[in-house]
Amino acid sequence: MLYRENGQFKTTYTSDSQVFPIRQDRIAIGLLLAIAVIGVPLMADEYLFRAILIPFLILSLAALGLNILVGYCGQISLGTGAFMAVGAYAAYNFLVRIEGMPMLFAILLGGVCATVAGVLFGIPSLRIKGLYLAVATLAAQFFFDWLFLRISWFTNNSPSGSVSISELSFFGLPIVTPLSKYLFCLGMLIGFGILAKNLVRSHIGREWMAIRDMDVAAAVIGIRPVYAKLTAFAVSSFIVGVAGAMWGFVHLGSWEPQAFGIDRSFQLLFMVIIGGLGSIMGSFFGAAFIVVLPIFLNRVLPALGDIVGINIDTAFVSHAEFMIFGALIVFFLIVEPHGLARLWSIAKEKLRLWPFPH
Amino acid sequence: MKLKTLALAAALASAGLAAPTAFAQDKVQFFPSLTGRTGPVAANATPFANGYADYMKLVNLRGGINGVKTLVEECETAYATDRGVECYERLKGKHGGATVFQPLSTGITFALTEKIPADKIPMITSGYGRSDSQDGGVFKWNFPLIGHYWVAGDTLLQHIAKKEGGWDKRKGKKIAVVYHDSPFGKELLPIITERSKMHGFEIQLLPVPAPGVEQKAIWLQVRQSRPDFVVMQTWGVMTATAVKEAIATGYPREKMFGTWWSGAEPDLRDIGAAAKGYSAVMMQHGAEPESAVVKEILAKVHGAGQGTGPKEEVGQVLYMRGVVGALLSVEGARAAQERYGKGKPVTGEQARWGYENLNLTQAKLDALGFKGVLRPISTSCFDHMGSAWARVHTWDGTKFTWASDWLQADEQIIKPMVTQSAAKYGQDKKQTRREGADCQS
Repeated sequence: MLYRENGQFKTTYTSDSQVFPIRQDRIAIGLLLAIAVIGVPLMADEYLFRAILIPFLILSLAALGLNILVGYCGQISLGTGAFMAVGAYAAYNFLVRIEGMPMLFAILLGGVCATVAGVLFGIPSLRIKGLYLAVATLAAQFFFDWLFLRISWFTNNSPSGSVSISELSFFGLPIVTPLSKYLFCLGMLIGFGILAKNLVRSHIGREWMAIRDMDVAAAVIGIRPVYAKLTAFAVSSFIVGVAGAMWGFVHLGSWEPQAFGIDRSFQLLFMVIIGGLGSIMGSFFGAAFIVVLPIFLNRVLPALGDIVGINIDTAFVSHAEFMIFGALIVFFLIVEPHGLARLWSIAKEKLRLWPFPH
Repeated sequence: MKLKTLALAAALASAGLAAPTAFAQDKVQFFPSLTGRTGPVAANATPFANGYADYMKLVNLRGGINGVKTLVEECETAYATDRGVECYERLKGKHGGATVFQPLSTGITFALTEKIPADKIPMITSGYGRSDSQDGGVFKWNFPLIGHYWVAGDTLLQHIAKKEGGWDKRKGKKIAVVYHDSPFGKELLPIITERSKMHGFEIQLLPVPAPGVEQKAIWLQVRQSRPDFVVMQTWGVMTATAVKEAIATGYPREKMFGTWWSGAEPDLRDIGAAAKGYSAVMMQHGAEPESAVVKEILAKVHGAGQGTGPKEEVGQVLYMRGVVGALLSVEGARAAQERYGKGKPVTGEQARWGYENLNLTQAKLDALGFKGVLRPISTSCFDHMGSAWARVHTWDGTKFTWASDWLQADEQIIKPMVTQSAAKYGQDKKQTRREGADCQS
């Protein structure tokens, strides 16, 4: 009843091709943005910012980048952690080696370096597909792990191999408080979100999807696989690299290659699969599921134990967290193999008919 | 229906995150405990957490810190840096504010070092973390009390030199260093490199990727190159694997030396007699089943059914490390109370003063039950370590026994390294060195 587009007529091409063609969607997104930009800063405390919201925003961005590659172009990659690492270490080097380098430029240049790395390791995708490509991109993961551990130049000759960042600022504005970090991440995410959304519905996004659905057919109708696949690698690695730089700069402040290990690659791939392949919205759902749910379980289980009157010890909570989390992954994949984003669109379909489904 | 359930679950989820369980208790001194009861180092980190919790219980039974009860809340990190940071954020403001953190992970220490100055919470990293944080002039909030990696490395090399009959005998010999390929492992290398330059011995670096269960190739290399000694900077499951591989390749255990984190019961228990002869350097304490404090814990805490872990581990190496960690945490808070008001809980910022002005004399330590376990510890503004004493113990097949007398790390060598490294950190951070006036505050 509320969510019905009856009477909303498209009279121009512009109105027909807007990002959110339904008015209710536009209102909802507007509200969501207003809550994120104004509401959350008013209500959230430091813990929520630093431990949940900032990691969520940054990993959403990384998942968004990976979704372009895996979800839209159909190229499975297990090198995401490596591209994040390239972004982070490149940005670090630009920041410490060039006097007066603004942080935002350093982060974006980190993204550019990740783009180069991504395109380079994307070249095998021209010949190999599917799981074989996933194995090939693993090479990126191991190579960059090795590079940043062994070549001390990249870590500015730090004896322990751990690098740290000081005094973040955004064109003169210091980014020190959790709130300013949150707003910075949110701004970046909104910017890249709009960029990604528009890219995937432009001609290049359609080329990616054509390649994903059937590359031979796509080649027959005149899409160059080389161009389409490598641009997908480039755009994806750029966003992932920026997310990596932000993960190091804004969230951790000090990091080692372990922060971008193979676990991170898997984690991001799971986010994309659980959230929904080929869906911008899905990236956010996936990130929320993987980042927030374990922490939530970890906090709620002892509280539940208190209510029942049992004192649950820390190790048990940790084990239970893994078990419940794993069970939930299986549950969601069985209920909806196309990811949480698909559940969302089913919900929207139902809402259009509600309350008269027949 | 399904959607309704999901919506309900989402609503519950948001409620759970927003409502942390807070129970107000006044007059407690809150000591957060970041544990590693699961994950790659669980076997080793669990006794530490148990010892930490048990000693805090003992302090309460003894009447608290001048009447102020201690409170411990644990948060599980599983040795992962991102979860450690989350735990830190979760615990730092609870129960009137955290007194001090002991993350028991070098990765977490590096990450928290960037956060604690802003939150004004001190951090004790006994034997791990940043070695250069000994320099309180740069690292105002870090306290590597009773030693760090460089102290462990230096005393261990001294012990090896003594066994051989002097440093001059070291010339031309080869030492292989098997280390965890992470900041934890790499932190040891500067002191080994420095000593090798001084005495002309050769070092062979053998990094092992985390978590260290795959070491076949490393030990084949050891067999090939036949180093005179192997020094191991390992932790958790990695130590046991290394010793097993050494046995498989036939490298003598008598020539293998672990650092502070690589020589405890969980590492060698399952190997038993085959590991006989393996040694490790212990800063201050080792396994202390006969000490007064252990007997008191057994009687008062475990005897009353209040023990945190199994009774058998009380007095073992890593359990003792937890006890000593708790002792240092408590005594810093006690010292701070003497300045800021006895019988009142101190804030993290006030506790920092306590850790910086710690003066644990032998008489005080003996009275607390640490006779024969610890030597005097006294810190100052520029020395956040307080003691550089260590001993070496050797596995006899079932337990550890002391194999050396007290050794003291050579401050002449370590001090310049600390100052130089800390100065570089301060320069990178564009912060100025603390001056005399700041030291008084």
